[in-house]
Amino acid sequence: MNDTSQAMMMNEVAANLEAQMAFKSLDFYYGKFHALKNINLEIYKRHVTAFIGPSGCGKSTLLRTMNRMYDLYPEQRATGELLLDGVNMLDKKVDVNALRAKVGMVFQKPTPFPMSIYENIAFGVRLHERLSKSQMDERVEWALRKAAIWEETKNILNQSGMSLSGGQQQRLCIARGIAVKPEVLLLDEPTSALDPISTMRIEELIAELKAEFTIAIVTHNMQQAARISDYTAYMYLGEMIEFGVTDQIFIKPKKKQTEDYITGRFG
Amino acid sequence: MSISDHSYKQFDAELESLRARVMQMGGMVQGQIMTAIDAFTSGNHDLMEKVIADDHRVNGLEVSIDEECTQIIVKRQPAANDLRLVMAVSKIVTDLERIGDEAAKIARIAKMILQRDHLNTPRIGYVREVGDISLGMLRGVLDAFARLDAVKAAVIIREDQAIDEKFRGIMRQLITYMLEDPRTITSAFDIVFIAKAIERIGDHAKNIAENVIYIVKGKDVRHIALDQVEHTAQSNGP
Repeated sequence: MNDTSQAMMMNEVAANLEAQMAFKSLDFYYGKFHALKNINLEIYKRHVTAFIGPSGCGKSTLLRTMNRMYDLYPEQRATGELLLDGVNMLDKKVDVNALRAKVGMVFQKPTPFPMSIYENIAFGVRLHERLSKSQMDERVEWALRKAAIWEETKNILNQSGMSLSGGQQQRLCIARGIAVKPEVLLLDEPTSALDPISTMRIEELIAELKAEFTIAIVTHNMQQAARISDYTAYMYLGEMIEFGVTDQIFIKPKKKQTEDYITGRFG
Repeated sequence: MSISDHSYKQFDAELESLRARVMQMGGMVQGQIMTAIDAFTSGNHDLMEKVIADDHRVNGLEVSIDEECTQIIVKRQPAANDLRLVMAVSKIVTDLERIGDEAAKIARIAKMILQRDHLNTPRIGYVREVGDISLGMLRGVLDAFARLDAVKAAVIIREDQAIDEKFRGIMRQLITYMLEDPRTITSAFDIVFIAKAIERIGDHAKNIAENVIYIVKGKDVRHIALDQVEHTAQSNGP
């Protein structure tokens, strides 16, 4: 898709919406491999944006640029701009830790730290803020409540996070993500390792969290994207093929490529 | 728009079967209407009975096609053009079933006229004519559905206006009969009901045509002006 058609697409969608993040001509490389090609996209404040597409299309890569996760790997680089509240986050002068305090991430497999439930939450908060014991207690409870796991954990806060079930661990990770009060929450296939009931809980949670956070989610489950997101972006071979209101994408996509993918006429 | 080429070949087969069954139901309903109008114009009692007796076959197809739609939704969670097809089929079969009901209604009224007062029945040539237009619309809309042809569907929607005009013509004729000879009033009313049933067939064909446009173009064209419907049908995309 060229710049003009991407810009037109965004303008159509963006009426009366505030962009929290904006990609401008973003390219991404794994060494010589050109993984993201000229991405122009806005992520709207306090809405859920889903990224769908076949494996290897670049959707997880795009998510990883949003908190500069790629910084850990010297051969990976991004060009272009990623604006968060108007500041280019790809600028090396921007402190990556400050960025990650604003942009939290939850991965496919639950990754609780090998420490107590309480410490799982408090650990990240301490990196960014100095809170008193009572303030920290409040913050831990706030985060666990927001992530809909307080009732299950309030009496076992000193137990290891690893002792929880998969679904609980994932909600703990979401609690950990939001405990530092980020602006954006990135979810990379957050339910693909979970059973249907845990998946349902996470989906309900996402619907609640969007009242306070901007959410970007990568999912292979198209029904999930249709259920929980407000906007959907379809990616293929590193390009953003179509971006639009989720209902429109799933009922009347504009591009044949998008239609072929979501109707299972792919490959 | 193609409905085949899914990665799941079984899904292709299910959608094909759904379309084939709609065509089968459409053919059956056409036959019912033709027979009902023939029965009325010829006064053939056996044909009237046959139409009434066969109505349950149309009803049965409606129920089983609807069930197929439900099965596809639950098993395949269709999206985009597949979703539109399944949703539209579920509505189309309701219209086809109602056309079947109109055929049975024509046969029942024709039977009453035959039993009661054949001599005082006004001879209305327009009824056959309107019947032929309705049948033409039904045939046309089934063809538009089979080919997923939005432009043809829009033509059918325009044709419905001609039927409405003819219906008003029949009404004028009947009023004249009734004014001239009050003995025809009872039968004239029966013919009004028959003409109305035929006119309703045109309305149902129009509804089906709107659904065909929805399948192909992804736009709901119910309750919008005809020129806008035609514009949508001729547009590129979705």
